Amino acid sequence: MKILVTCKRVLDPYIKARVKPDGSGVNLDNVKMAMNPFDEIAVEEAIRLKEAGSASEVISVSIGGAKCEETLRTSLAMGADRAIHVVTDEDVEPLALAKVLQKLVEEEAPGLVIMGKQSIDGDSNQVGQMLAALLGWAQGTNISEVQLGDGEATVTREIDGGLETLKLKTPAVLTADLRLNEPRYASLPNIMKAKKKPLEKKPLEDMGVDTAPRQVTTQVSEPAARAAGIKVADVAELVAKLKNAQVI
Amino acid sequence: MSILIIAEHDNASLKAATLNTVSAAQKIGGDIDILIAGTDCGGAAEAAAKLPGVRSVKLADSAEYGHQLAENVAPLVVTIAADYSHVLAPATTDGKNLIPRVAALLDVMAVSDISDVIDADTFERPIYAGNIMSVVKSSDAKKIITVRTTKFPACAEEGGSASIDAVAATGDAGLSSFVSQDLTQSDRPELTSAKIVVSGGRGMQNGENFALLDAVAEKLNAAVGASRAAVDAGFVPNDYQVGQTGKVVAPDLYIAVGISGAIQHLAGMKDSKVIVAINNDEEAPIFQVADYGLVMDLFDALPQLKDALD
Repeated sequence: MKILVTCKRVLDPYIKARVKPDGSGVNLDNVKMAMNPFDEIAVEEAIRLKEAGSASEVISVSIGGAKCEETLRTSLAMGADRAIHVVTDEDVEPLALAKVLQKLVEEEAPGLVIMGKQSIDGDSNQVGQMLAALLGWAQGTNISEVQLGDGEATVTREIDGGLETLKLKTPAVLTADLRLNEPRYASLPNIMKAKKKPLEKKPLEDMGVDTAPRQVTTQVSEPAARAAGIKVADVAELVAKLKNAQVI
Repeated sequence: MSILIIAEHDNASLKAATLNTVSAAQKIGGDIDILIAGTDCGGAAEAAAKLPGVRSVKLADSAEYGHQLAENVAPLVVTIAADYSHVLAPATTDGKNLIPRVAALLDVMAVSDISDVIDADTFERPIYAGNIMSVVKSSDAKKIITVRTTKFPACAEEGGSASIDAVAATGDAGLSSFVSQDLTQSDRPELTSAKIVVSGGRGMQNGENFALLDAVAEKLNAAVGASRAAVDAGFVPNDYQVGQTGKVVAPDLYIAVGISGAIQHLAGMKDSKVIVAINNDEEAPIFQVADYGLVMDLFDALPQLKDALD
């Protein structure tokens, strides 16, 4: 069974996002970029399933500009077998991303697609569910555990009230939450090996997918910072302040 | 305009998130209907019919909707969505699981987690963990939306008398089935709707020490939350997590104890009205957003705080 995983290139999660001086968008020039942390967890899970003998091949996919190749090489260094880079300089919306992935799924016929539950830039949390809908597959979102069976997967999901366990018919789309695993660091020999692994480039316009945007961003801004507060000397002063503020 | 709200409920009653979503719908304007999809969910439907300003309640009461499986509920929403210009659900784990599936089936780009309504086509939403606010205008004929509940007030629970109309069930898609759930039992108020939240971080050192927070929370009738570090370390279950990828809260008072204040945590609580930080590291970033900062060992501060609240 093949597993398809996605790797989005995003602003490094430890760097604070800033609006460009002209207000036209988020500044991504000359800032450190990284693989979306939830996608890293997805890649790790796919590799672990392969190491456990449940999968035969792990294919990583990234959709975006030329530098997505670096992100895909990271996934190959972690242990993915080969990569597909759908090349575009456009900002592709979640629905269109799902349609591109649908095409790749139809070509590659994986038994499982594993993605991050959301990307930490757009925070949309949509692509996995949309891909499952387009394919008519089951979806396991926000998963913290997966066990593969015969034609089915049992997944534990992190939900608002705690945990939920579902049985899904496979093939299925799974989206990774934080506690699914702790992604490995690529070793130097594996980073060298990854340079020789196959990486196929496909221009977005050759995919036969309508990627025309449905939404236009009319404004981006940084929210007003909270005014600096005060330090209190002890618990008694804290309680007095809170009573004064009428919050207790 | 006409708006369909997918209610969050436990079959017997409505969850608070539904009330916030009604307020968001009122801000868009137009007729508001509420879909209750569930099993033996007449109680939730009756509660929805009492909400002010609701035109009608669509009741889909059938076995396949009992656990809100997206594979089963999405086709139901699609069958009735034709009559509506907007479909809204709260941005809870259920809403976020369902809405994109509905949107893709309708060939619509969903708008996630809206924090404000500018007009019927234009919405504000946080990106980059709330460090950036964006305004997006949708050109889709139908708007499919999840609502950040902390950004809209809860509507009143009484005052309306909507009709309840049964909707034909769409059957089990046969793709997924419910096995079990492990819900955290607590006598404390729900994290996302509590007026006061007391949260602990890595500084709590272990799960047993959360009893110190519970004692303070009990005095304040507060909910108890946690940072990602505390959840990852196994001190408390995942549903305690406040932050970018956990729950977003905006209580009147948020007390952060032993929490350093990573960007991802601040994303989940910085809209709280009053923030208190208790931490023995005076350089902790949490103090930059705190209205009242107390530099003190939490193991001294928490018992003193509990006694002071007696």
